[in-house]
Amino acid sequence: MQEFLEFTLGGISFGMIYAAIGLSLVLIWRGTRILNYAQGGMAMFTAYIALIVINHTGNYWAGFAAALAAGVVLGAVCERVIRPTQGKPPLNAVIVTIGLLILLEGLAGIIYGGQFRSFPAAFSISGLKIGSTSLGASRNDVFVAVAVLAAALALAVMFRYTSAGLRLRATAFSPGVARLLGVRVGRVLTLGWVLAGLIGALAGVLVSPNTFLYPNSMDSIFVLGFTAAVIGGLDSPVGAVVGGLILGVALNYVSGYLGSALMPVFGLCALVLVLMVRPSGLFGAASSRQV
Amino acid sequence: MAEVPTGAAAPATPAAPALAIEDLVASYDEVVALHGVSIAAGKGTVTAVLGANGAGKSTLLRAISGLIRVRSGSVLLDGADVTRRRPEDMARAGVAHVSEGQSVITELTVEENLRVGTLCRMSRAARRAALAQAYERFPVLADRRRKPAATLSGGERQMLVIARALLAGPRVLLLDEPSLGLAPKIIGQVMALVAELRDSTGLTILLVEQNARAALGIADQGIVLNLGKVVAAADAAALAADASLLNHYLGL
Repeated sequence: MQEFLEFTLGGISFGMIYAAIGLSLVLIWRGTRILNYAQGGMAMFTAYIALIVINHTGNYWAGFAAALAAGVVLGAVCERVIRPTQGKPPLNAVIVTIGLLILLEGLAGIIYGGQFRSFPAAFSISGLKIGSTSLGASRNDVFVAVAVLAAALALAVMFRYTSAGLRLRATAFSPGVARLLGVRVGRVLTLGWVLAGLIGALAGVLVSPNTFLYPNSMDSIFVLGFTAAVIGGLDSPVGAVVGGLILGVALNYVSGYLGSALMPVFGLCALVLVLMVRPSGLFGAASSRQV
Repeated sequence: MAEVPTGAAAPATPAAPALAIEDLVASYDEVVALHGVSIAAGKGTVTAVLGANGAGKSTLLRAISGLIRVRSGSVLLDGADVTRRRPEDMARAGVAHVSEGQSVITELTVEENLRVGTLCRMSRAARRAALAQAYERFPVLADRRRKPAATLSGGERQMLVIARALLAGPRVLLLDEPSLGLAPKIIGQVMALVAELRDSTGLTILLVEQNARAALGIADQGIVLNLGKVVAAADAAALAADASLLNHYLGL
């Protein structure tokens, strides 16, 4: 029972990271039908920027803010790079986003070097206890979960209640209709990438204390974030968050009860299983799609 | 005024027509689909655009609103050249295009669909006022405002897409087959709505229709397209009376 509680609570914090990456993939997928393979690379790059700022200023939150700002800029820049592939065969966009990933990882290697760097956490990473019962989660884990949840809620409120959110939804569901009603679809797509860059940057900063930071540090996180999005149904922001939580907790059970070496294998098995059994995901509309 | 091959021209208008299409040539990729189409539509008139399947009726609307490439010719709004603008810019310039098939956004509610129509308006107050006006004109939509648009009937969907287009505050309304898939009684209601819109708001309307009788019943003038060319253009009454023409091009 004690173990179960620890594994569950510990899994939630990881799950929220996968949720954040999944959310950023969904934001772009919904509007453009592009799967952004560079998302992990973007998050990694913004985490480096955060680390530089933290090291220079000695202030964690200055670095945190810098990463988010860099995510916004990087999202807008990447959208500009990817824009010419709109309306072309899907493979074009796949190749450009993979190219972006290689470029970002290469640049990070050239600028910052390939060695593993430790990344500070916002709060204490020693486990919380109630009385003598260990909860399996630290103060920082709580921060991670709260930060991603807050970001997801903010997005949900924006989607539901603001004009910008209505533009994003109308464009995602029916770009042709939106254009004919005067919605500047190009700008809306840029906004989607900017939001994705922002959420991705958040994920990068939050996960790096656990993974260390190096040019490939986000690769496996990206795969799990993608799995989270697929579990949720790629079209659904809520689905990405729920998918991330399910995946995070399930993987923590696997690594806790069966051994951590099995975790990556299980993650990939989960991806294959979802694609085989329910390719539209838990929350997705049951329609065919190409990835 | 536009030149038309046969029949009487549109009623003379003192100023520039609200919508003038001059010698429009447009294509899908390499296939030319319109071969020099001209129309002059005065303010507050309904122009019925008739023709068989594949005559280029929808293509004409798509070329006007910037959805497909215009090779040559021009589109003038109150005399101002708006040829080759992007669809979103055409909408903002005052051309509302209601595409065929009652294209509601099924994932959104009725009210959200309508609000998408108001997005190109500047102020929040203007958006709210326009929305209130739409509910006044279409009470059936007001009753269902919180329902998903997917739950509406065909006729209600047609009301919704027309109401949504009006919310953008257009001068020109392009209606593509509003009767498609609707019951005869509902078709009558839609046509009456189109006539009422013209009379009460002074909208200039291009009405693409398969149902020629219904369209000519309310139109001021009509044109008949065949293989991307205008083969007849006349008063609606004159066209409706020309049995041999209707039979030849429309199979009526």
